[in-house]
Amino acid sequence: MIRGLVVGLGLALFGAARLPIEHAISEEHRRLHFRAVDFDLGLREQVGQLGFVAALSGFRSLVADALFVQAHVAWERTEWSRVLLLFRQVTTLQPRALLFWDMAAWHMAWNASTAALNDRTQPRLALRIKAQREYLALGRDFLERGIKNNPERPQLYEALARLYRDKYNDHEHAAEFFAKAASLPGAPSYVKRFAAYELAQCPGREQEAYAQLHALYHSSENERVPTLLRRLHELEIKLDIPADQRIPDILP
Amino acid sequence: MSANTSGHRAFSFGRVAAITGNTLTELTRLKLFYVVLLFALLLIGSSLFMARMTFQQEFQVLKDIGLGSMSIFSSLLAVVATARLIPQDVEDRTIYTILAKPVPRFEYLLGKLLGVLLLLAISLAIMAAFFFFVLHFREHGVLRETAHQMTGASPDQLSEALRAVSASAFNANLFGAIAIVYFKACLLASLTLFVSTFATTTIFTIIVMAFVYFIGHLQAIAREYWLQTNSAGWLTNLFLGVVALVFPDLQLFNLTDDIVAGNAIPLALFFSTATVGLFHTGFYLLLAWAVFFRKEL
Repeated sequence: MIRGLVVGLGLALFGAARLPIEHAISEEHRRLHFRAVDFDLGLREQVGQLGFVAALSGFRSLVADALFVQAHVAWERTEWSRVLLLFRQVTTLQPRALLFWDMAAWHMAWNASTAALNDRTQPRLALRIKAQREYLALGRDFLERGIKNNPERPQLYEALARLYRDKYNDHEHAAEFFAKAASLPGAPSYVKRFAAYELAQCPGREQEAYAQLHALYHSSENERVPTLLRRLHELEIKLDIPADQRIPDILP
Repeated sequence: MSANTSGHRAFSFGRVAAITGNTLTELTRLKLFYVVLLFALLLIGSSLFMARMTFQQEFQVLKDIGLGSMSIFSSLLAVVATARLIPQDVEDRTIYTILAKPVPRFEYLLGKLLGVLLLLAISLAIMAAFFFFVLHFREHGVLRETAHQMTGASPDQLSEALRAVSASAFNANLFGAIAIVYFKACLLASLTLFVSTFATTTIFTIIVMAFVYFIGHLQAIAREYWLQTNSAGWLTNLFLGVVALVFPDLQLFNLTDDIVAGNAIPLALFFSTATVGLFHTGFYLLLAWAVFFRKEL
């Protein structure tokens, strides 16, 4: 009896001593955006009972992978609603895996949206376009939520910039997100160029784009790729840059 | 006659090593060890036959399954192997032979626990070696496919593509993830030893540990709620407080999800997690000793 009490007291004292340490480590996890999963009824409804129990037991990533493989199979069968549902579950379980956000957005904005536009079972073009836009918005939503969960990594900013560029033809936003990606550590060098290319297509911001491309041209030999030279040349003509200030190797 | 004059030391590494060696031999003779190991290796190997996707997806799934298998099976082995140690010794009457000699009970428990920890280290090393082999095998395959696909590309583009493949496959953080899996298994083994000192049967210990495992993964939620909420009733607060104080936070050790997702784990965080794991292991051993000390066998 006394021994039981001593052991119980020891457990409680040890618990009290480790609480602040565990709390501090949890805070560090939160700061680093680890364990960004809320184990609530929303998750339970999304992943089912078995998945929820597995996620609770510390096998979140395994459940996410199993669902990801199912999403891959659903994609091969072009079951778009199922792809969407499964990717929502996958990204909820593994919000720190960029690959899942990127894939989810790609399936929605590129594959499902194109399939919706070419859907032969829907004779009305207006409804096909509506469905296409809905899928585009879903793709954008995946990327925006992915960025919220991974604000310090450049890949999803770049993916969102591509979406604005290729699907919305929105060069203003594309330039903004390429620039954001370029400002983060680990971004590929071409992203900075892409930001300037997009800026060059925004009415009224040509001067800014010219300054950026000009700076890139002078920053390194490696930056002098054909697209950059072509864009610079176009801007020089558009902005009527004096001949003596133009880039020598793109002069006619 | 005093202990010193008889030549008997209060603590002897030799005696602990002898018990550790015997425990390890005994455990490696168990079929259970090979069955668990075989299932783990099969699961790790099966990741090779997953749906063929892009190489990043394949490597992510492969690493998730590999590290997930290591975590599941090392936890399982830690609980099942430790739960049977004391009841088996009582059943075989080995415990009476050992404790009849001048072997302190703490040394007996320490030797038993170290035997299990050694077994866990060996099994995890085998699983890790197989996992890295599978990863390397697949990386080699993808590198070959990439080189074939990029025939005619410039050397710069080719080397960049090959670098991207290699970077997706292997990173040094994987060693950290495996070490964290080991610390979690050590904690579970030590806690199981503590439970088994007052449990009546092996099956009781395993069932208790299954509950501890689940509650341990929820402890963080209970703790945060307990620390931050004042509006809950006293009964809820009492319940949450007990959960927070008694159970270890096992979610702290789930860094593998983030490591596989490509996040770097800061060294300070790794060391603090490892320290928490080792402290828990040591503390539960002391508690086990407190219960086992002068226990009538």
